[in-house]
Amino acid sequence: MTTERERRFPGPRRGQLIFAVVFVLFSAFLLSQVPSETRWVAKTGFFAQPRFWPATGIGAMFVLGALYLIKLPWHRFQAADWIEARKWASALEYAAWFMGYVFVVPIVGYLPTTMVFVPALAWRLGYRSRKMILISIAFAIVTVIIFKSFLSVKIPGGMLYEYLPGAIRSFFILNL
Amino acid sequence: MDLFLSSVEILARWDVVLALLVGSVGGVLIGAIPGVGPAVAIAILLPATFSMQPIVGLTVLLGIYGSSMYGGSIPAVLINTPGTAVNALTTYDGYPMTVRGEPRRALSLAYSASFFGGIFSVICLILFAPVLAKVAPLFGSREIFLAALLGIILVIVAHRGQSLIAGSLAAFGIFIQTIGLEPVKYSKRFTFDQAFLSGGIDLIVVVLGLFALSQAFVLLTSDDEKIRITRLRGGLFQGLRELSRHPRVATVSATFGVLMGMIPGVGEFTAQFLSYTYAQKTSKRPQDFGHGSSEGLIASETANNAVPAAAMVPLLALGIPGEALTAMMLSVFYVHNVVPGPALFQKHMDFIIALYLALLILNVLVLLFLLVATRPLISVVKIPNKFLGITVLTLSFVGVYSLRNSVTDCIIAAIFGIVGYILKRLSLPIVPIILGMVLGNIMEVKLRAGMARVNEPFDFIDRPVAMILFLVIVGVLVIHVRQVWLDRKALKEAEWQTKFRSTRFGAFLSRRRNSLLRARGRKVKARHSTSYRRSTDRS
Repeated sequence: MTTERERRFPGPRRGQLIFAVVFVLFSAFLLSQVPSETRWVAKTGFFAQPRFWPATGIGAMFVLGALYLIKLPWHRFQAADWIEARKWASALEYAAWFMGYVFVVPIVGYLPTTMVFVPALAWRLGYRSRKMILISIAFAIVTVIIFKSFLSVKIPGGMLYEYLPGAIRSFFILNL
Repeated sequence: MDLFLSSVEILARWDVVLALLVGSVGGVLIGAIPGVGPAVAIAILLPATFSMQPIVGLTVLLGIYGSSMYGGSIPAVLINTPGTAVNALTTYDGYPMTVRGEPRRALSLAYSASFFGGIFSVICLILFAPVLAKVAPLFGSREIFLAALLGIILVIVAHRGQSLIAGSLAAFGIFIQTIGLEPVKYSKRFTFDQAFLSGGIDLIVVVLGLFALSQAFVLLTSDDEKIRITRLRGGLFQGLRELSRHPRVATVSATFGVLMGMIPGVGEFTAQFLSYTYAQKTSKRPQDFGHGSSEGLIASETANNAVPAAAMVPLLALGIPGEALTAMMLSVFYVHNVVPGPALFQKHMDFIIALYLALLILNVLVLLFLLVATRPLISVVKIPNKFLGITVLTLSFVGVYSLRNSVTDCIIAAIFGIVGYILKRLSLPIVPIILGMVLGNIMEVKLRAGMARVNEPFDFIDRPVAMILFLVIVGVLVIHVRQVWLDRKALKEAEWQTKFRSTRFGAFLSRRRNSLLRARGRKVKARHSTSYRRSTDRS
């Protein structure tokens, strides 16, 4: 039966314990590194020490994180916690897609990569109709035109653009 | 008058006008799409605004901030899903109106209330600006440190029931901003001898990870929903007339919005809560609240739209952002070497007034746009979640990569994206991390400068403003501790009742009988007291 303490907890139960334990362990690790990763400077006031703010931040992380862990209504792992952890891991796939996109853009170029990346991810997510693929390609083109051509955001031209003939080459590097 | 004219001159440029249009229309669109809030949009657009002049960049971002809540009311009213988090209260009364066949009335009222809130707050702040200009110079290093400390404490205690984790996440933010080379003693802090950490972790990279990438992951891992939208018929102009019948609720709600917006870390939710409670308590029909009450809708929409202009006050006057969106805007100032704070109020008052005028114009533009274009706009609500996730992921790349063309930044953003995703799944707050980063940096600099001229601890608060801020901090902490103690007491009582209450059927019947007898007793007593009053009236 759900206890009053569990009922009043703001948020879902699944995964809370894993998060709290990892957070406290991470802060404990950072706390152990304070002496080696920060410096105490002689003839300098306490509040002006380079060590003061990292130590304050990590100290507060550890103390408040530990209190949060102690105050959690649950202190035993359940199957739901591990299912939740697997759900977190599922986001890694999309982080990998993102990083793949990041690595390919400087080589192939912003426009061609985006024109492949968006429909490919749409295909992976189950949008396989011609309409959705065309919308994906249109979205990719509009994004590149707005940000690179119109707003001139700093995204370098792809290495492959170097092989294009003269005028087209500089146009592609500057705008697409 | 000269000040006003020079402010108008700042705005009278084609790029500012374009920024106003893009900000207002873009903000409404973003607000109308559930799942993409203004934070995601501002995070993505932030690096793009760095190449613009401060007034242009800030107008776009302010436009998105100010108009997204207008757009957020569309799905809140029509499909019971708030477009932005602050439109959640709008669903309470907006959706029941749609259910009973009045979607047009609900939307029209929401737009009118939002418009009133927006205009009211801007006018208040334009009138208030000269006072602020006098007060702002009273803030030195110590006062700004204390104000930043107050901001961080308010952010933590505002997360009721989650203050421990909010505090530890704010501390995490404070820690992140210390990574890299310390600027005064030039000593490395938590770089682990890695060159890429020497320059520190950029605020925008963290913001993009925590807000944009994490939201993309949330959308990509969720399922698409079938959405049915009620068709709208007729015009949307009746709301202003209906709003004029509730001037008290609208004015009080807008005042709450202005006051709460000015206090760092408090913002829309508290303003809405206070105004909604006030409207319900003073209403002639309190039973209608939550079932399609026009007063409830006015209270929530007026209060949340009065906040954006007010939230700019601590940012502009002291350089202290009160919430995540203004924290992001702070980086636009820094990029252009414009330091918001007392000096800005003294030297560039025309710039401040120009920003408020931009907000004023923006509210008019948004209202006109919505009155004309609501019907075609409704279709954006139908964009499937996963496809929305693809668009956010693609646009996040522009935000992160265009900063420094650094793959390392993208890796850090992806890591923070996963952290943000986990926090969102667990319903834990993200904002304290961002405010910890921004306010932590301010506190570090100002404490160092403030302590340089302090001999004894009491010297730190010997000036009037510093003393007031110190007393407010102590007051907030005392109230919070008392609240925690009361919550704990209530929990213990509830636990005791569930523990010692018998679950036997006989005991249940006995409790039921007692309860009915008590109710009957109250009824009889009430009848007798009524009869007694009547008899006195007659005499």
